[in-house]
Amino acid sequence: MTSNYQADHYVAPIDETPLLATDSVRTDQAPLSLWAEAWRKLRRRPLFIVSVLLIVLLVVIALFPGLFTQVAPNDNCDLQFSDGPPTAGHPFGYTFQGCDVFSRVIHGTQASLSVGVLSVFFVLVIGVTLGALAGFFGGWLDAVIARLGDIFFALPLVLGALVITQLPFFKDNKSVWTVVMVIVLLAWPQMARITRGAVMEVRNADFVTAARSLGVSRMGSLLRHVLPNALAPIIVLATMELGVFIVAEATLSFLGIGLPGSVMSWGNDIAAAQPSLRTNPAVLLYPATALSITVLSFIMLGDALRDALDPKSRQR
Amino acid sequence: MKVPHMTTSKISVSEAGASDVKPLLEIRDLAISFATSGGEVQAVRNAHLTIMPGETVAIVGESGSGKSTTALAAIGLLPANGRVSGGQILLDGEDIAGAPEKRMIELRGNTIGMVPQDPMSNLNPVWKIGYQVRETLRANGRPDGPDDVARVLAEAGLPDAHRRAKQYPHEFSGGMRQRALIAIGLSCQPRLLIADEPTSALDVTVQRQILDHLDKMTTELGTSVLLITHDLGLAAERADKVVVMYRGNVVEAGPSLDLLRNPRHPYTQRLVASAPSLASRRIQVAKELGVESEDLLAPSEASPGAAFTGTTAQHRAQQGKDKPEEVLRVENLSKVFKLRSGIGRSADFTAVDSVSFGVKRGTTTAIVGESGSGKSTVAQMVLNLLPPTSGRIVFDGVDTATLNSREIFAFRRRVQPIFQDPYGSLDPMYNIFRTIEEPLRTHKVGNRASREKKVRELLDQVALPQSTMQRYPNELSGGQRQRVAVARALALDPEVIICDEAVSALDVLVQAQVLNLLADLQANLGLTYLFITHDLAVVRQIADHVCVMEKGRLVETGATDDVFDAPQQEYTKALLNAIPGASLMLPPEVATA
Repeated sequence: MTSNYQADHYVAPIDETPLLATDSVRTDQAPLSLWAEAWRKLRRRPLFIVSVLLIVLLVVIALFPGLFTQVAPNDNCDLQFSDGPPTAGHPFGYTFQGCDVFSRVIHGTQASLSVGVLSVFFVLVIGVTLGALAGFFGGWLDAVIARLGDIFFALPLVLGALVITQLPFFKDNKSVWTVVMVIVLLAWPQMARITRGAVMEVRNADFVTAARSLGVSRMGSLLRHVLPNALAPIIVLATMELGVFIVAEATLSFLGIGLPGSVMSWGNDIAAAQPSLRTNPAVLLYPATALSITVLSFIMLGDALRDALDPKSRQR
Repeated sequence: MKVPHMTTSKISVSEAGASDVKPLLEIRDLAISFATSGGEVQAVRNAHLTIMPGETVAIVGESGSGKSTTALAAIGLLPANGRVSGGQILLDGEDIAGAPEKRMIELRGNTIGMVPQDPMSNLNPVWKIGYQVRETLRANGRPDGPDDVARVLAEAGLPDAHRRAKQYPHEFSGGMRQRALIAIGLSCQPRLLIADEPTSALDVTVQRQILDHLDKMTTELGTSVLLITHDLGLAAERADKVVVMYRGNVVEAGPSLDLLRNPRHPYTQRLVASAPSLASRRIQVAKELGVESEDLLAPSEASPGAAFTGTTAQHRAQQGKDKPEEVLRVENLSKVFKLRSGIGRSADFTAVDSVSFGVKRGTTTAIVGESGSGKSTVAQMVLNLLPPTSGRIVFDGVDTATLNSREIFAFRRRVQPIFQDPYGSLDPMYNIFRTIEEPLRTHKVGNRASREKKVRELLDQVALPQSTMQRYPNELSGGQRQRVAVARALALDPEVIICDEAVSALDVLVQAQVLNLLADLQANLGLTYLFITHDLAVVRQIADHVCVMEKGRLVETGATDDVFDAPQQEYTKALLNAIPGASLMLPPEVATA
């Protein structure tokens, strides 16, 4: 240094910044797992609270429709009330066939929700299994599963469903189960893809290598380390797909290739309300609104979950 | 040199009286706070530093000490939730702490340049290097023709600059990218250059070249440099003055050699004592001599082995007599990877080329090399996670390639790894108890109660409180996670532990703590370490034997002291010379005191 300026040797007073033990463990907080952390973030979000309340309400309606209406939906249909306005005890009015709309909306919840839940369940079983195997083991297994998935992925839902439901077996056995089968058959590749991507991201993590060098088998490390860490996108997708599958059921029922007319569902009711759209639009409005609210609440829940489970927003 | 702001500078009376040189940058009582979800957090308090024209000042501190935040405040680039909550930043006498954005844009590039930390992410991958240099020149109203761009790049030491300017960042190596960033930072000949850990991502030999060149350029231009680094040795070697920051405060500042030889604040004393680049002796050896560098470390969490060190020498000597044999022997080990180079074709890439070495029981052997030297590939093959292309790995007299799956399972019990990244090597879904218990459960050792007892013992051994058991990795710091990884590796009472860059990601003090822990465990349990690292300074602290690797080949092996005192190969000499601070030749009582 050439300047004639001479720097002083400055030392801060020691009591100003007392030394802490190097790298001590914080013991003042309760232990916090990633799930607990996500829950803490979730429970304060209005989006989450509203969607969960709605979903709880829907589940209660589906399980105990009797709590909400004493009117049996099909028995007391009386043509003298056809397209009638709301009356006492029948707040939504009557259908073209003279049935109580409120009762039908309440009782239709069961079919819609059960199709959604069952479809998601089987999509999870098939999609997660195949996706995890493909992502973890790679190679020819990955190639076969990926191409198989692409075949189904390329089929639009309605077109695919039209073709499949024309098969004799499906034609003769129309029920909740056939609709679930159609949806699962066409929707599993999406789940498999997401799982495959998530698994591939985790499988090369150091903690997986560490587990393998401890002597954990390949299957063991997939089940115990890779999958639990790949769960976040799977949970988000499953929640959103529940909503999507309920719409799919309604679409298929509306087109007449979904649930049989004997099963009460919002899709069937929307289809049945079509002729009286101009004279009595309310009949269409009620099942359609119920459908929208249901789908919306599942999609909102999925959104809230995605924000909470996003690894980027986690503290290290 | 053109000095556009001379007219605006004010001369304070006291400084004018002392000398005719005025500070270029003066930070007075700076306080910086961040708005977080938990309220206002003070990141920096009472920071003050002075940079004279042409002077290099280094800020040293551990991660989170506020060193980068202070520097970012000086260039007005604090994150959106941060603000200067007090104090002054005087540039040529002008307070820029609360200056409007327009004024800061004028100053950036022209008056204050910046070289960011990570060369891999700080160049835009979609634009050519030349374009990114031109952008800076144009923004500051300087000539920006192709020749000017090439000149700027050539000055930063990039050969063949005209051609290089037409390339994209992915075509550059890490060192070349850092040169390009330095070129951008200095392109408008600023009067102050802020270099935020400019070389911490680079190999030591490259780091040396870059810093030498940076020195040369800033000396020629008369630029002042504010160097931010975690490496005390590097700071002392490169800077005129060193400012030490700790928990957001400046705790000590002064001329670098004076500060290093005569640290007064206890934190600086700790730093000097544990800076690996300054230490001159193996931890173990120092211990046997009764010198415990640990005395300066955490008083409450001192290593559990401290009480036993008295018996260390005896213990080790006994080990040596009882089992003098090599526990691990690597013979002509090679690994060839097939790289795809077009459809149906593949090129061979020899990552490890005929490497042979032996590891004696109870000793530490270090494999040193820069990135791409094949050292980690060797570790993977020794761990039996990667099959060798040719050669043999003999563990305890048995060729590991001949093991069947049951024998491999048994082998895993005896050879355990510790990985580099403390944030990646623990499953975030497992709490600490499950993490440490996993090897015991996998090998069906004991019942639940006995396993819990063992986990508690292991946590004691690595000096973590037993209450840590219920916590999750995301609640622990890097050093604590690495100690959990050590506990997990020890759970099965292995004979050999393979540390793949196990301390590279840690702060200096934490690194010293983990190295001490490893040394204690070796003394008490008779462990054998194979230590993979790029850091020769760490090697000297921990290893008995050292193998130097370059481009897949073993270039030099020997006892650590021999290699350090009399390196035989040019490459080893270059590596040794490149250790920052090595040339400072501290008297040993300072280095170990």
